[in-house]
Amino acid sequence: MAELKTTDSPLEMGMHTEQLSGRTQQVFFSSEEGDNYTYPWADEVDLDKSTEIDAEGLEGKEVNLKIRDAMGQGYGTITVLNPAAKHSLGVGILNRLNLRFEGSLGYFGCGLVDGPNIVVTGRVGWSCAENMMAGTIVVEKNAGSTFGAALRGGDLVCKGDVGSRTGIDQKGGTIIVGGRAGAFSGFMMQRGRMVILGNAGKNLGDSMYDGTIYVGGAIEDLGVDAVEGEMTPLDAQWLTQKLGQYGLETPNGVEKMTKIVSGKQLWNYDNLEPSEKKLVL
Amino acid sequence: MCGIAGLIHRGKSADVGSELTSMLQALKHRGPDSTGFALYGNPREDEYVMRFKVAEQEDMRHGFLIHDQVKERKAEVDKRLEESGVRKTAELDATEYAFRYRFSFDGDMKRTADYVEDIEGVEILSLGNALELIKDLGDATVVSEQYSLSGFEGTHAIGHTRMATESDVDIRSAHPYWAYPYNDIAVVHNGQLTNYWGFRREMERRNHRFMSNCDSELIAVYIADRLDRGDELEEAMTRSVDELDGVFTYVVATEDKLGMAKDVMAAKPMVLYESDEFVALASEEVAIRSVFPHEIDTYDPYEGEVKVWQS
Repeated sequence: MAELKTTDSPLEMGMHTEQLSGRTQQVFFSSEEGDNYTYPWADEVDLDKSTEIDAEGLEGKEVNLKIRDAMGQGYGTITVLNPAAKHSLGVGILNRLNLRFEGSLGYFGCGLVDGPNIVVTGRVGWSCAENMMAGTIVVEKNAGSTFGAALRGGDLVCKGDVGSRTGIDQKGGTIIVGGRAGAFSGFMMQRGRMVILGNAGKNLGDSMYDGTIYVGGAIEDLGVDAVEGEMTPLDAQWLTQKLGQYGLETPNGVEKMTKIVSGKQLWNYDNLEPSEKKLVL
Repeated sequence: MCGIAGLIHRGKSADVGSELTSMLQALKHRGPDSTGFALYGNPREDEYVMRFKVAEQEDMRHGFLIHDQVKERKAEVDKRLEESGVRKTAELDATEYAFRYRFSFDGDMKRTADYVEDIEGVEILSLGNALELIKDLGDATVVSEQYSLSGFEGTHAIGHTRMATESDVDIRSAHPYWAYPYNDIAVVHNGQLTNYWGFRREMERRNHRFMSNCDSELIAVYIADRLDRGDELEEAMTRSVDELDGVFTYVVATEDKLGMAKDVMAAKPMVLYESDEFVALASEEVAIRSVFPHEIDTYDPYEGEVKVWQS
């Protein structure tokens, strides 16, 4: 496992330095930096070697086994046809891979992945990319609730609207929402960044411990212990770079986005919970 | 967990029996205990259709007397309907314990329904000009075949696959629930209501009847009560989001409308597909895909959202 890269940038952006170990906690994940990680049991794949899998008539587990078989044969670019909103497709992939789903995924799609670059041309159901550790996932249409739950690393992008509790318990990485996000987004967020280009539903960032949420549209209301932070040039620079990476932009410019951080009055990683503060809140 | 589904054709009718069977079968993993259908055929103004049962499926497996009892109960139903002035025009016995009657009638429907349900073991599952409510133990395919639902022509339908959590595995606790005694109103629900008992007592004081201890039945009764007080369907559903406590997503259908409501926490799933000709909604997109295999645009309704569509 390669050493964790460190940078002072998070401090300038009003965040903690990343104290946790492991590459999944990298602050600036880039799929181009894939050389520095591997699992001993991960498949060696050739990204220039491609194949197709037709999921029609197959159970979700059968589709996943076919993906695994293809990776075992060295295919590094795989297109899955007719996924038809089946559940738990594309989960547990621990190596570099270009994976494309031509259609929609059901619940728990692409969970626990560590490294692949995934594109979903349709919509995803609840809990897409749960516990994702590294890589990129781009969803071209809408997403259901708990999008990126407990995300640990990588970039998770939905170009459409997402449901409620987006990024619940987010522990790292970046979630980007092209449209609107539902209520309780960023609930109990611990690390990482969330970017919502449209409107955010009520109780945004409720009980967040840390991390940063940027919102381009209106915020219905903030949750407990979520407060507005100051946008810095570094925030704008990071947003411009990150949104540009996925061909996204916000109509009013990144400088006009609202930055939400933890007020740290309720609880944070550096202090034990002061029960008297909780009572005040 | 439970799975719910609904569909409505706008401006035409289709084989909603087969379509809903496919959707509910795709949701079998969300609830294998029982399956229920509320199908809306083309309404006949001068004729009613009534679905009722005279025993539980479980009852039929025990004892020697039950087979005689179901015959006696059915005979008593026939007698009381005749006494009330009901003119039966058609009869279908899908099972030994569940029946479908078509009849004409111009008397007091609530009094007649109460009189029929006064017979031990008898429950009217649905009554109306268009609604036919079928529910039994087993998955969607089993129930659909048992009751010959394939080929049922209609404009819209709602259904439910049930995983029993807070009440028994039986027909009386299965969904959909008919909004007794209102014609053609049915409800399916996924979730839990936490103010069920308080609301139930209030509804009982207002002379509404409950046939089960299932919290979902309250929604049907609540909607019936609000409609009775003069609310429009959408108004009643919007009010329910404020007044009913808990986590829920429910679907309601009337003679010509289909609606859905989601609680303010958005804790229970719902996926929607809308077009000018057709609307489908389900707990999981895989159910919609069972009737729309090609790529379509779907989305999740948000917290506290209420939607109503016309057939």
